[in-house]
Amino acid sequence: MIEGILVEGLIYGILALGVFVSFRVLDFPDLTVEGSFPAGAAAGAIVASSLSLSPNAFAKALAVPAGMLAGFVAGGVAGFVTAAVYHRLKVPPLLAGIVTMTGFYSINLRILGGKPNLPLITNNPMLKLARSFMSGILSPEWSLLASCILICLVLFGLLDLFFHTEIGIAMGALGDNENAVIQAGIQPNRLRAWGIMLANALPGLSGAMAAAYQGFADVNLGQGVVAAGLATVMLGELVVHSQFIGVQLARVFIGSIIFRALMYAARSWGYVAGITPNDLRLLTALLIIVSVAISRYGRKHR
Amino acid sequence: MIRLHNIEVSFDLGGGQEHTVLKNLSLEVERGQTVSVIGSNGAGKSTLLNAIAGTVPVRAGKIFLDDSDVTPLPEWARAMYVGRVRQDPLAGTAGDMTLLDNLALAYRKGPRRFRIATPPKFAREMADKVAELGMGLEDRLRENVSRLSGGQRQALTLLMAILSRPSVLLLDEHTAALDPANAEIVGELTRRFIAEFNLTALIVTHDMKRALEQAGRVVMMHEGEIIADLSGAEKEKMDVAGLVRLFKKVRGAEYAEDRDLLI
Repeated sequence: MIEGILVEGLIYGILALGVFVSFRVLDFPDLTVEGSFPAGAAAGAIVASSLSLSPNAFAKALAVPAGMLAGFVAGGVAGFVTAAVYHRLKVPPLLAGIVTMTGFYSINLRILGGKPNLPLITNNPMLKLARSFMSGILSPEWSLLASCILICLVLFGLLDLFFHTEIGIAMGALGDNENAVIQAGIQPNRLRAWGIMLANALPGLSGAMAAAYQGFADVNLGQGVVAAGLATVMLGELVVHSQFIGVQLARVFIGSIIFRALMYAARSWGYVAGITPNDLRLLTALLIIVSVAISRYGRKHR
Repeated sequence: MIRLHNIEVSFDLGGGQEHTVLKNLSLEVERGQTVSVIGSNGAGKSTLLNAIAGTVPVRAGKIFLDDSDVTPLPEWARAMYVGRVRQDPLAGTAGDMTLLDNLALAYRKGPRRFRIATPPKFAREMADKVAELGMGLEDRLRENVSRLSGGQRQALTLLMAILSRPSVLLLDEHTAALDPANAEIVGELTRRFIAEFNLTALIVTHDMKRALEQAGRVVMMHEGEIIADLSGAEKEKMDVAGLVRLFKKVRGAEYAEDRDLLI
Protein backbone atom coordinates (compact mmCIF):
# COMPACT_ATOMS: atom_id res chain seq x y z
CA MET A 1 0.00 0.00 0.00
CA ILE A 2 2.60 2.53 1.09
CA GLU A 3 4.86 1.74 -1.86
CA GLY A 4 1.88 2.13 -4.19
CA ILE A 5 1.17 5.59 -2.81
CA LEU A 6 4.83 6.58 -3.11
CA VAL A 7 5.11 5.30 -6.68
CA GLU A 8 1.97 7.18 -7.69
CA GLY A 9 3.18 10.23 -5.82
CA LEU A 10 6.47 10.23 -7.66
CA ILE A 11 5.04 9.55 -11.12
CA TYR A 12 2.38 12.25 -10.77
CA GLY A 13 4.94 14.44 -9.03
CA ILE A 14 6.72 14.74 -12.39
CA LEU A 15 3.42 15.95 -13.86
CA ALA A 16 3.13 18.45 -11.03
CA LEU A 17 6.68 19.67 -11.74
CA GLY A 18 5.40 20.72 -15.15
CA VAL A 19 2.47 22.52 -13.55
CA PHE A 20 4.92 24.19 -11.17
CA VAL A 21 7.05 25.42 -14.07
CA SER A 22 4.10 26.92 -15.95
CA PHE A 23 1.97 28.29 -13.10
CA ARG A 24 4.71 29.29 -10.70
CA VAL A 25 7.97 29.87 -12.56
CA LEU A 26 6.54 31.32 -15.78
CA ASP A 27 3.30 32.69 -14.28
CA PHE A 28 1.62 31.19 -17.35
CA PRO A 29 -1.65 29.38 -16.48
CA ASP A 30 -1.28 26.49 -18.88
CA LEU A 31 -4.06 23.97 -19.46
CA THR A 32 -2.15 22.19 -22.24
CA VAL A 33 -1.18 19.55 -19.69
CA GLU A 34 -4.58 17.90 -20.19
CA GLY A 35 -3.38 17.14 -23.71
CA SER A 36 0.34 16.69 -23.17
CA PHE A 37 -0.06 14.14 -20.36
CA PRO A 38 -2.11 11.67 -22.46
CA ALA A 39 0.09 12.48 -25.47
CA GLY A 40 3.08 11.32 -23.47
CA ALA A 41 1.15 8.25 -22.33
CA ALA A 42 0.18 7.35 -25.90
CA ALA A 43 3.58 8.05 -27.46
CA GLY A 44 5.45 6.31 -24.67
CA ALA A 45 3.22 3.24 -24.77
CA ILE A 46 3.36 2.91 -28.56
CA VAL A 47 7.11 3.44 -28.85
CA ALA A 48 8.06 1.23 -25.91
CA SER A 49 5.73 -1.63 -26.77
CA SER A 50 6.55 -1.71 -30.47
CA LEU A 51 10.30 -1.51 -29.91
CA SER A 52 10.19 -4.32 -27.37
CA LEU A 53 8.65 -6.56 -30.05
CA SER A 54 11.41 -5.70 -32.50
CA PRO A 55 13.63 -8.62 -33.59
CA ASN A 56 16.59 -6.26 -33.46
CA ALA A 57 18.26 -6.71 -30.05
CA PHE A 58 19.57 -3.17 -30.06
CA ALA A 59 16.13 -1.66 -30.69
CA LYS A 60 14.71 -3.95 -28.04
CA ALA A 61 17.21 -2.75 -25.47
CA LEU A 62 16.25 0.84 -26.23
CA ALA A 63 12.51 0.23 -25.74
CA VAL A 64 12.32 1.73 -22.25
CA PRO A 65 14.49 4.85 -22.65
CA ALA A 66 13.01 5.48 -26.09
CA GLY A 67 9.50 5.18 -24.65
CA MET A 68 10.28 7.69 -21.92
CA LEU A 69 11.93 10.02 -24.39
CA ALA A 70 8.92 9.72 -26.72
CA GLY A 71 6.61 10.76 -23.86
CA PHE A 72 8.86 13.70 -23.02
CA VAL A 73 9.06 14.86 -26.64
CA ALA A 74 5.33 14.40 -27.30
CA GLY A 75 4.55 16.60 -24.31
CA GLY A 76 7.11 19.16 -25.46
CA VAL A 77 5.50 19.30 -28.91
CA ALA A 78 2.13 20.05 -27.31
CA GLY A 79 3.82 22.82 -25.33
CA PHE A 80 5.37 24.19 -28.51
CA VAL A 81 1.94 24.42 -30.13
CA THR A 82 0.54 26.34 -27.16
CA ALA A 83 3.55 28.69 -27.12
CA ALA A 84 3.22 29.32 -30.86
CA VAL A 85 -0.53 30.00 -30.63
CA TYR A 86 0.00 32.29 -27.64
CA HIS A 87 2.86 34.30 -29.11
CA ARG A 88 1.89 34.43 -32.77
CA LEU A 89 -1.83 35.00 -32.38
CA LYS A 90 -1.64 36.86 -29.07
CA VAL A 91 -4.51 34.90 -27.52
CA PRO A 92 -4.68 34.59 -23.72
CA PRO A 93 -2.75 31.66 -22.14
CA LEU A 94 -5.90 29.84 -21.05
CA LEU A 95 -7.36 29.88 -24.55
CA ALA A 96 -4.06 28.83 -26.13
CA GLY A 97 -3.96 25.86 -23.75
CA ILE A 98 -7.57 24.90 -24.43
CA VAL A 99 -6.99 25.00 -28.18
CA THR A 100 -3.97 22.69 -27.95
CA MET A 101 -5.63 20.38 -25.46
CA THR A 102 -8.70 20.02 -27.69
CA GLY A 103 -6.63 19.37 -30.79
CA PHE A 104 -4.42 16.87 -29.06
CA TYR A 105 -7.39 14.70 -28.11
CA SER A 106 -7.63 13.75 -31.78
CA ILE A 107 -3.87 13.60 -32.24
CA ASN A 108 -3.62 11.25 -29.26
CA LEU A 109 -6.29 9.02 -30.78
CA ARG A 110 -4.17 8.84 -33.94
CA ILE A 111 -1.02 8.04 -31.94
CA LEU A 112 -2.93 5.17 -30.35
CA GLY A 113 -3.84 3.89 -33.82
CA GLY A 114 -7.41 5.17 -33.86
CA LYS A 115 -8.41 3.45 -30.64
CA PRO A 116 -9.16 5.30 -27.41
CA ASN A 117 -7.31 2.75 -25.32
CA LEU A 118 -4.15 0.68 -25.66
CA PRO A 119 -3.78 -2.15 -23.15
CA LEU A 120 -0.20 -3.01 -22.18
CA ILE A 121 -0.96 -6.10 -20.13
CA THR A 122 1.00 -8.54 -22.28
CA ASN A 123 3.67 -6.14 -23.46
CA ASN A 124 4.78 -3.55 -20.93
CA PRO A 125 8.59 -3.25 -21.09
CA MET A 126 8.77 -0.16 -18.88
CA LEU A 127 6.92 -1.71 -15.97
CA LYS A 128 8.70 -5.02 -16.49
CA LEU A 129 12.11 -3.38 -16.27
CA ALA A 130 11.13 -1.25 -13.27
CA ARG A 131 9.82 -4.26 -11.35
CA SER A 132 12.85 -6.45 -12.10
CA PHE A 133 15.37 -3.61 -11.81
CA MET A 134 16.48 -4.73 -8.36
CA SER A 135 15.36 -8.34 -8.47
CA GLY A 136 17.09 -10.47 -5.87
CA ILE A 137 17.45 -7.52 -3.53
CA LEU A 138 13.97 -6.06 -3.52
CA SER A 139 10.50 -7.35 -4.21
CA PRO A 140 9.00 -6.24 -7.56
CA GLU A 141 6.87 -3.60 -5.80
CA TRP A 142 9.81 -2.06 -3.98
CA SER A 143 12.03 -2.39 -7.04
CA LEU A 144 9.41 -0.36 -8.92
CA LEU A 145 9.54 2.26 -6.20
CA ALA A 146 13.35 2.29 -6.30
CA SER A 147 13.37 2.92 -10.04
CA CYS A 148 10.83 5.74 -9.64
CA ILE A 149 12.97 7.30 -6.91
CA LEU A 150 16.01 7.04 -9.16
CA ILE A 151 14.25 8.73 -12.09
CA CYS A 152 12.87 11.48 -9.87
CA LEU A 153 16.25 12.10 -8.26
CA VAL A 154 17.88 12.48 -11.67
CA LEU A 155 15.09 14.81 -12.83
CA PHE A 156 15.27 16.83 -9.64
CA GLY A 157 19.05 17.18 -9.97
CA LEU A 158 18.84 18.26 -13.60
CA LEU A 159 16.06 20.78 -12.96
CA ASP A 160 17.78 22.22 -9.89
CA LEU A 161 20.95 22.61 -11.95
CA PHE A 162 18.99 24.12 -14.84
CA PHE A 163 17.38 26.78 -12.63
CA HIS A 164 20.86 27.81 -11.49
CA THR A 165 22.09 28.40 -15.03
CA GLU A 166 21.85 31.74 -16.81
CA ILE A 167 18.92 30.46 -18.87
CA GLY A 168 17.15 29.09 -15.79
CA ILE A 169 17.57 32.36 -13.90
CA ALA A 170 16.26 34.34 -16.86
CA MET A 171 13.25 32.00 -17.02
CA GLY A 172 12.53 32.57 -13.34
CA ALA A 173 12.81 36.33 -13.80
CA LEU A 174 10.45 36.17 -16.79
CA GLY A 175 7.53 35.02 -14.67
CA ASP A 176 8.40 37.58 -12.03
CA ASN A 177 9.08 40.72 -14.08
CA GLU A 178 9.20 40.46 -17.85
CA ASN A 179 10.61 43.98 -18.09
CA ALA A 180 13.75 42.97 -16.18
CA VAL A 181 14.32 40.22 -18.74
CA ILE A 182 13.81 42.60 -21.67
CA GLN A 183 16.30 45.05 -20.11
CA ALA A 184 18.85 42.23 -20.07
CA GLY A 185 18.63 42.02 -23.84
CA ILE A 186 16.78 38.70 -23.88
CA GLN A 187 14.01 37.90 -26.36
CA PRO A 188 11.23 37.13 -23.84
CA ASN A 189 8.89 35.18 -26.10
CA ARG A 190 11.50 32.67 -27.20
CA LEU A 191 12.49 32.09 -23.59
CA ARG A 192 8.87 31.65 -22.56
CA ALA A 193 8.32 29.19 -25.41
CA TRP A 194 11.16 26.99 -24.12
CA GLY A 195 9.65 27.22 -20.65
CA ILE A 196 6.20 26.16 -21.86
CA MET A 197 7.77 23.27 -23.75
CA LEU A 198 9.55 22.13 -20.58
CA ALA A 199 6.33 22.57 -18.60
CA ASN A 200 4.64 20.08 -20.95
CA ALA A 201 7.54 17.75 -21.64
CA LEU A 202 7.63 16.81 -17.94
CA PRO A 203 3.92 15.85 -17.90
CA GLY A 204 4.57 13.94 -21.15
CA LEU A 205 7.23 11.87 -19.41
CA SER A 206 4.92 11.47 -16.44
CA GLY A 207 2.20 10.25 -18.81
CA ALA A 208 4.48 7.63 -20.35
CA MET A 209 5.35 6.35 -16.87
CA ALA A 210 1.74 6.48 -15.67
CA ALA A 211 0.55 4.46 -18.67
CA ALA A 212 3.16 1.80 -17.95
CA TYR A 213 2.25 1.75 -14.27
CA GLN A 214 -1.48 1.44 -14.89
CA GLY A 215 -1.00 -1.05 -17.71
CA PHE A 216 -2.78 0.96 -20.40
CA ALA A 217 -2.68 4.22 -22.30
CA ASP A 218 -5.98 6.06 -22.68
CA VAL A 219 -6.98 9.28 -24.44
CA ASN A 220 -8.99 10.30 -21.40
CA LEU A 221 -6.03 10.06 -19.07
CA GLY A 222 -5.64 13.84 -19.13
CA GLN A 223 -8.99 14.71 -17.60
CA GLY A 224 -8.53 16.67 -14.43
CA VAL A 225 -4.73 16.52 -14.34
CA VAL A 226 -4.26 20.30 -14.26
CA ALA A 227 -6.39 20.54 -11.14
CA ALA A 228 -4.62 17.56 -9.58
CA GLY A 229 -1.24 19.09 -10.43
CA LEU A 230 -2.26 22.45 -8.99
CA ALA A 231 -3.58 20.86 -5.82
CA THR A 232 -0.25 19.04 -5.54
CA VAL A 233 1.81 22.21 -5.99
CA MET A 234 -0.34 24.08 -3.45
CA LEU A 235 -0.19 21.27 -0.90
CA GLY A 236 3.59 21.33 -1.17
CA GLU A 237 3.66 25.10 -0.68
CA LEU A 238 1.43 24.73 2.35
CA VAL A 239 3.75 22.23 3.99
CA VAL A 240 7.17 23.71 3.15
CA HIS A 241 7.95 27.43 2.88
CA SER A 242 11.08 28.33 0.96
CA GLN A 243 12.46 30.80 -1.55
CA PHE A 244 15.09 28.35 -2.79
CA ILE A 245 14.36 26.71 -6.10
CA GLY A 246 15.78 23.35 -4.99
CA VAL A 247 13.42 23.17 -2.03
CA GLN A 248 10.57 24.43 -4.20
CA LEU A 249 11.17 21.57 -6.64
CA ALA A 250 11.51 18.99 -3.88
CA ARG A 251 8.32 20.09 -2.17
CA VAL A 252 6.37 19.39 -5.36
CA PHE A 253 7.12 15.70 -4.77
CA ILE A 254 6.19 16.04 -1.10
CA GLY A 255 2.89 17.64 -2.10
CA SER A 256 2.33 14.92 -4.67
CA ILE A 257 2.82 12.11 -2.16
CA ILE A 258 0.47 13.81 0.31
CA PHE A 259 -2.10 14.31 -2.44
CA ARG A 260 -1.94 10.67 -3.50
CA ALA A 261 -2.15 9.55 0.13
CA LEU A 262 -5.26 11.66 0.63
CA MET A 263 -6.79 10.24 -2.54
CA TYR A 264 -5.89 6.72 -1.43
CA ALA A 265 -7.45 7.33 1.97
CA ALA A 266 -10.59 8.69 0.35
CA ARG A 267 -10.80 5.63 -1.91
CA SER A 268 -10.13 3.12 0.85
CA TRP A 269 -11.89 4.53 3.86
CA GLY A 270 -14.00 7.26 2.37
CA TYR A 271 -17.07 4.98 2.52
CA VAL A 272 -17.19 5.68 6.25
CA ALA A 273 -18.10 9.26 5.39
CA GLY A 274 -20.10 8.22 2.36
CA ILE A 275 -17.37 9.23 -0.12
CA THR A 276 -17.27 7.20 -3.31
CA PRO A 277 -14.61 7.25 -6.05
CA ASN A 278 -17.01 9.51 -7.93
CA ASP A 279 -16.31 12.21 -5.36
CA LEU A 280 -12.53 12.34 -5.88
CA ARG A 281 -12.72 15.26 -8.31
CA LEU A 282 -14.83 17.23 -5.85
CA LEU A 283 -12.23 16.41 -3.22
CA THR A 284 -9.46 17.72 -5.49
CA ALA A 285 -11.37 20.96 -6.07
CA LEU A 286 -12.00 21.38 -2.34
CA LEU A 287 -8.32 20.73 -1.67
CA ILE A 288 -7.35 23.60 -3.99
CA ILE A 289 -9.89 25.92 -2.38
CA VAL A 290 -8.73 25.04 1.12
CA SER A 291 -5.04 25.44 0.15
CA VAL A 292 -5.66 28.87 -1.34
CA ALA A 293 -7.76 29.88 1.65
CA ILE A 294 -5.13 28.77 4.14
CA SER A 295 -2.26 30.49 2.32
CA ARG A 296 -4.30 33.71 1.96
CA TYR A 297 -5.26 33.64 5.62
CA GLY A 298 -1.69 32.83 6.64
CA ARG A 299 -0.25 35.69 4.58
CA LYS A 300 -2.64 38.17 6.14
CA HIS A 301 -1.75 37.14 9.67
CA ARG A 302 1.98 36.60 9.28
CA MET B 1 25.85 58.46 -28.35
CA ILE B 2 22.20 59.19 -29.15
CA ARG B 3 20.95 60.69 -32.38
CA LEU B 4 17.24 61.27 -32.95
CA HIS B 5 16.31 62.37 -36.41
CA ASN B 6 12.84 63.92 -36.83
CA ILE B 7 11.05 61.31 -34.77
CA GLU B 8 7.31 61.32 -34.35
CA VAL B 9 5.28 59.31 -31.86
CA SER B 10 1.50 59.22 -31.72
CA PHE B 11 -1.07 57.15 -29.90
CA ASP B 12 -4.29 55.90 -31.38
CA LEU B 13 -7.20 57.27 -29.35
CA GLY B 14 -9.71 55.15 -31.26
CA GLY B 15 -12.42 56.32 -33.62
CA GLY B 16 -9.85 57.57 -36.11
CA GLN B 17 -8.48 60.07 -33.61
CA GLU B 18 -4.90 60.16 -32.55
CA HIS B 19 -2.76 62.10 -30.17
CA THR B 20 0.70 63.14 -31.30
CA VAL B 21 3.05 63.03 -28.33
CA LEU B 22 6.36 63.75 -30.04
CA LYS B 23 6.41 66.04 -33.05
CA ASN B 24 9.27 65.98 -35.51
CA LEU B 25 11.78 65.84 -32.71
CA SER B 26 15.54 65.84 -33.27
CA LEU B 27 18.21 65.56 -30.64
CA GLU B 28 21.87 64.71 -30.56
CA VAL B 29 23.71 63.66 -27.43
CA GLU B 30 27.44 63.10 -27.64
CA ARG B 31 29.30 60.27 -26.02
CA GLY B 32 29.88 60.97 -22.34
CA GLN B 33 27.40 63.84 -22.21
CA THR B 34 24.71 64.10 -19.54
CA VAL B 35 21.47 65.80 -20.46
CA SER B 36 18.63 66.77 -18.13
CA VAL B 37 15.17 66.75 -19.65
CA ILE B 38 12.57 68.99 -18.01
CA GLY B 39 9.07 70.06 -18.89
CA SER B 40 5.48 70.09 -17.67
CA ASN B 41 3.29 67.02 -17.35
CA GLY B 42 2.37 65.61 -20.74
CA ALA B 43 5.28 67.35 -22.45
CA GLY B 44 6.47 63.97 -23.78
CA LYS B 45 9.55 63.50 -21.60
CA SER B 46 8.81 59.90 -20.69
CA THR B 47 7.64 59.16 -24.22
CA LEU B 48 10.99 60.44 -25.47
CA LEU B 49 12.80 57.86 -23.33
CA ASN B 50 10.28 55.17 -24.30
CA ALA B 51 10.91 55.94 -27.98
CA ILE B 52 14.67 55.66 -27.55
CA ALA B 53 14.38 52.41 -25.59
CA GLY B 54 11.89 50.97 -28.06
CA THR B 55 9.02 50.67 -25.59
CA VAL B 56 6.86 52.69 -27.98
CA PRO B 57 7.29 52.61 -31.77
CA VAL B 58 8.03 55.76 -33.73
CA ARG B 59 5.74 56.65 -36.59
CA ALA B 60 8.44 58.49 -38.47
CA GLY B 61 12.10 59.39 -38.12
CA LYS B 62 15.24 57.50 -37.24
CA ILE B 63 16.95 56.60 -33.98
CA PHE B 64 20.69 55.99 -33.83
CA LEU B 65 22.51 54.61 -30.82
CA ASP B 66 26.30 54.38 -31.15
CA ASP B 67 26.04 55.09 -34.88
CA SER B 68 23.75 52.08 -35.46
CA ASP B 69 20.27 52.61 -36.75
CA VAL B 70 18.13 50.91 -34.08
CA THR B 71 14.78 52.19 -35.35
CA PRO B 72 13.57 48.76 -36.53
CA LEU B 73 14.83 46.89 -33.45
CA PRO B 74 12.43 45.70 -30.73
CA GLU B 75 12.93 46.79 -27.13
CA TRP B 76 14.86 43.68 -26.03
CA ALA B 77 17.35 44.08 -28.87
CA ARG B 78 17.84 47.79 -28.19
CA ALA B 79 18.49 46.92 -24.55
CA MET B 80 21.94 45.86 -25.80
CA TYR B 81 22.73 49.59 -25.92
CA VAL B 82 20.46 50.86 -23.18
CA GLY B 83 20.50 50.83 -19.40
CA ARG B 84 17.34 52.10 -17.87
CA VAL B 85 15.84 53.06 -14.52
CA ARG B 86 12.19 54.04 -14.23
CA GLN B 87 10.30 55.88 -11.55
CA ASP B 88 8.75 52.73 -10.08
CA PRO B 89 11.37 50.98 -7.91
CA LEU B 90 9.64 47.65 -8.66
CA ALA B 91 9.99 48.01 -12.44
CA GLY B 92 13.57 46.98 -13.06
CA THR B 93 14.09 44.02 -10.74
CA ALA B 94 12.58 40.58 -10.17
CA GLY B 95 11.28 40.80 -6.58
CA ASP B 96 10.94 37.09 -5.92
CA MET B 97 14.55 36.43 -6.84
CA THR B 98 17.70 37.12 -4.86
CA LEU B 99 19.90 40.18 -5.30
CA LEU B 100 22.58 37.91 -6.71
CA ASP B 101 20.22 36.38 -9.29
CA ASN B 102 19.10 39.86 -10.34
CA LEU B 103 22.69 41.00 -10.71
CA ALA B 104 23.48 37.88 -12.75
CA LEU B 105 20.59 38.77 -15.04
CA ALA B 106 21.92 42.30 -15.57
CA TYR B 107 25.62 41.46 -15.64
CA ARG B 108 25.70 40.75 -19.34
CA LYS B 109 23.28 41.74 -22.07
CA GLY B 110 22.06 39.32 -24.69
CA PRO B 111 21.18 35.63 -25.00
CA ARG B 112 21.87 33.33 -22.06
CA ARG B 113 23.94 30.20 -21.89
CA PHE B 114 23.77 26.88 -20.05
CA ARG B 115 26.24 28.04 -17.42
CA ILE B 116 25.96 28.39 -13.69
CA ALA B 117 24.89 31.99 -13.28
CA THR B 118 26.24 32.80 -9.83
CA PRO B 119 29.46 30.92 -9.05
CA PRO B 120 31.34 31.95 -5.86
CA LYS B 121 33.73 34.16 -7.82
CA PHE B 122 30.81 36.07 -9.29
CA ALA B 123 29.24 36.43 -5.84
CA ARG B 124 32.46 37.96 -4.48
CA GLU B 125 32.71 40.36 -7.40
CA MET B 126 29.10 41.44 -6.89
CA ALA B 127 29.59 41.87 -3.15
CA ASP B 128 32.27 44.46 -3.95
CA LYS B 129 30.05 46.25 -6.44
CA VAL B 130 27.05 46.29 -4.13
CA ALA B 131 29.23 47.55 -1.27
CA GLU B 132 29.85 50.67 -3.36
CA LEU B 133 26.19 51.57 -2.89
CA GLY B 134 26.96 52.06 0.80
CA MET B 135 23.69 50.49 1.94
CA GLY B 136 24.97 47.32 3.57
CA LEU B 137 23.42 45.21 0.85
CA GLU B 138 26.62 43.21 0.34
CA ASP B 139 25.59 40.98 3.26
CA ARG B 140 22.13 40.42 1.82
CA LEU B 141 22.97 39.06 -1.61
CA ARG B 142 21.00 35.84 -1.01
CA GLU B 143 17.86 37.62 0.14
CA ASN B 144 14.94 38.27 -2.15
CA VAL B 145 14.82 41.74 -3.65
CA SER B 146 11.22 42.18 -2.47
CA ARG B 147 12.61 42.53 1.07
CA LEU B 148 14.53 45.69 0.20
CA SER B 149 13.19 49.19 0.86
CA GLY B 150 12.25 51.40 -2.09
CA GLY B 151 15.52 53.34 -1.90
CA GLN B 152 17.63 50.18 -1.68
CA ARG B 153 15.75 48.61 -4.54
CA GLN B 154 16.16 51.68 -6.73
CA ALA B 155 19.89 51.85 -5.94
CA LEU B 156 20.16 48.18 -6.93
CA THR B 157 18.24 48.89 -10.14
CA LEU B 158 20.66 51.71 -10.93
CA LEU B 159 23.61 49.41 -10.33
CA MET B 160 22.02 46.77 -12.57
CA ALA B 161 21.41 49.36 -15.29
CA ILE B 162 25.10 50.36 -15.45
CA LEU B 163 26.59 46.92 -14.67
CA SER B 164 27.04 46.00 -18.33
CA ARG B 165 28.36 49.50 -19.20
CA PRO B 166 25.58 50.38 -21.64
CA SER B 167 26.20 52.99 -24.33
CA VAL B 168 23.22 54.97 -23.13
CA LEU B 169 21.70 55.44 -19.68
CA LEU B 170 18.05 56.49 -19.54
CA LEU B 171 16.71 57.67 -16.18
CA ASP B 172 13.03 58.51 -15.94
CA GLU B 173 12.40 60.41 -12.69
CA HIS B 174 14.14 57.59 -10.95
CA THR B 175 14.25 59.38 -7.59
CA ALA B 176 10.72 60.82 -7.68
CA ALA B 177 9.08 57.92 -5.83
CA LEU B 178 11.65 57.93 -3.02
CA ASP B 179 11.69 59.83 0.26
CA PRO B 180 13.99 62.91 0.25
CA ALA B 181 16.88 61.17 2.04
CA ASN B 182 16.90 58.20 -0.33
CA ALA B 183 16.35 60.44 -3.32
CA GLU B 184 19.50 62.30 -2.31
CA ILE B 185 21.49 59.06 -1.95
CA VAL B 186 20.34 57.63 -5.28
CA GLY B 187 20.91 61.00 -6.95
CA GLU B 188 24.45 61.08 -5.62
CA LEU B 189 25.10 57.51 -6.76
CA THR B 190 23.81 58.48 -10.19
CA ARG B 191 26.27 61.38 -10.41
CA ARG B 192 29.11 59.16 -9.27
CA PHE B 193 28.43 56.32 -11.70
CA ILE B 194 27.97 58.67 -14.65
CA ALA B 195 31.28 60.40 -13.90
CA GLU B 196 33.17 57.20 -13.10
CA PHE B 197 32.17 55.34 -16.27
CA ASN B 198 31.81 58.42 -18.47
CA LEU B 199 28.25 57.37 -19.38
CA THR B 200 26.03 59.01 -21.94
CA ALA B 201 22.90 59.82 -19.96
CA LEU B 202 19.46 61.27 -20.48
CA ILE B 203 17.79 62.18 -17.18
CA VAL B 204 14.15 63.15 -16.96
CA THR B 205 13.33 65.10 -13.82
CA HIS B 206 10.83 67.50 -12.32
CA ASP B 207 13.41 68.90 -9.97
CA MET B 208 14.85 71.91 -11.83
CA LYS B 209 17.51 72.54 -9.25
CA ARG B 210 18.79 69.01 -9.67
CA ALA B 211 18.40 69.24 -13.44
CA LEU B 212 20.83 72.17 -13.47
CA GLU B 213 23.25 70.59 -11.01
CA GLN B 214 23.55 67.12 -12.45
CA ALA B 215 24.04 67.87 -16.12
CA GLY B 216 26.05 70.07 -18.43
CA ARG B 217 23.08 70.42 -20.71
CA VAL B 218 19.38 71.02 -20.05
CA VAL B 219 16.64 70.34 -22.57
CA MET B 220 13.17 71.80 -21.98
CA MET B 221 10.17 70.12 -23.58
CA HIS B 222 6.63 71.29 -24.14
CA GLU B 223 3.81 69.59 -26.02
CA GLY B 224 6.06 67.09 -27.75
CA GLU B 225 8.70 69.53 -28.84
CA ILE B 226 12.03 70.74 -27.54
CA ILE B 227 11.51 74.42 -26.76
CA ALA B 228 14.90 75.16 -25.25
CA ASP B 229 18.31 73.51 -25.30
CA LEU B 230 20.86 75.04 -22.94
CA SER B 231 24.49 74.11 -22.69
CA GLY B 232 27.90 75.64 -22.09
CA ALA B 233 28.00 79.18 -20.69
CA GLU B 234 24.30 79.65 -21.33
CA LYS B 235 23.49 76.76 -19.00
CA GLU B 236 26.04 77.79 -16.39
CA LYS B 237 24.38 81.20 -16.04
CA MET B 238 20.92 79.67 -15.68
CA ASP B 239 19.11 79.27 -12.35
CA VAL B 240 15.69 77.91 -11.42
CA ALA B 241 13.99 81.29 -11.66
CA GLY B 242 15.60 81.76 -15.05
CA LEU B 243 14.22 78.44 -16.25
CA VAL B 244 10.72 79.40 -15.15
CA ARG B 245 11.00 82.75 -16.95
CA LEU B 246 12.25 80.98 -20.05
CA PHE B 247 9.40 78.51 -19.90
CA LYS B 248 6.78 81.29 -19.67
CA LYS B 249 8.39 83.22 -22.47
CA VAL B 250 8.71 80.35 -24.90
CA ARG B 251 5.35 78.93 -24.06
CA GLY B 252 3.87 82.38 -24.53
CA ALA B 253 0.80 81.68 -22.43
CA GLU B 254 -0.28 84.16 -19.79
CA TYR B 255 -1.82 81.49 -17.58
CA ALA B 256 1.41 79.62 -17.28
CA GLU B 257 2.17 79.14 -13.63
CA ASP B 258 5.34 78.00 -11.98
CA ARG B 259 3.45 74.91 -10.92
CA ASP B 260 3.05 73.73 -14.50
CA LEU B 261 6.77 73.37 -14.81
CA LEU B 262 7.67 72.50 -11.28
CA ILE B 263 5.22 69.73 -10.57
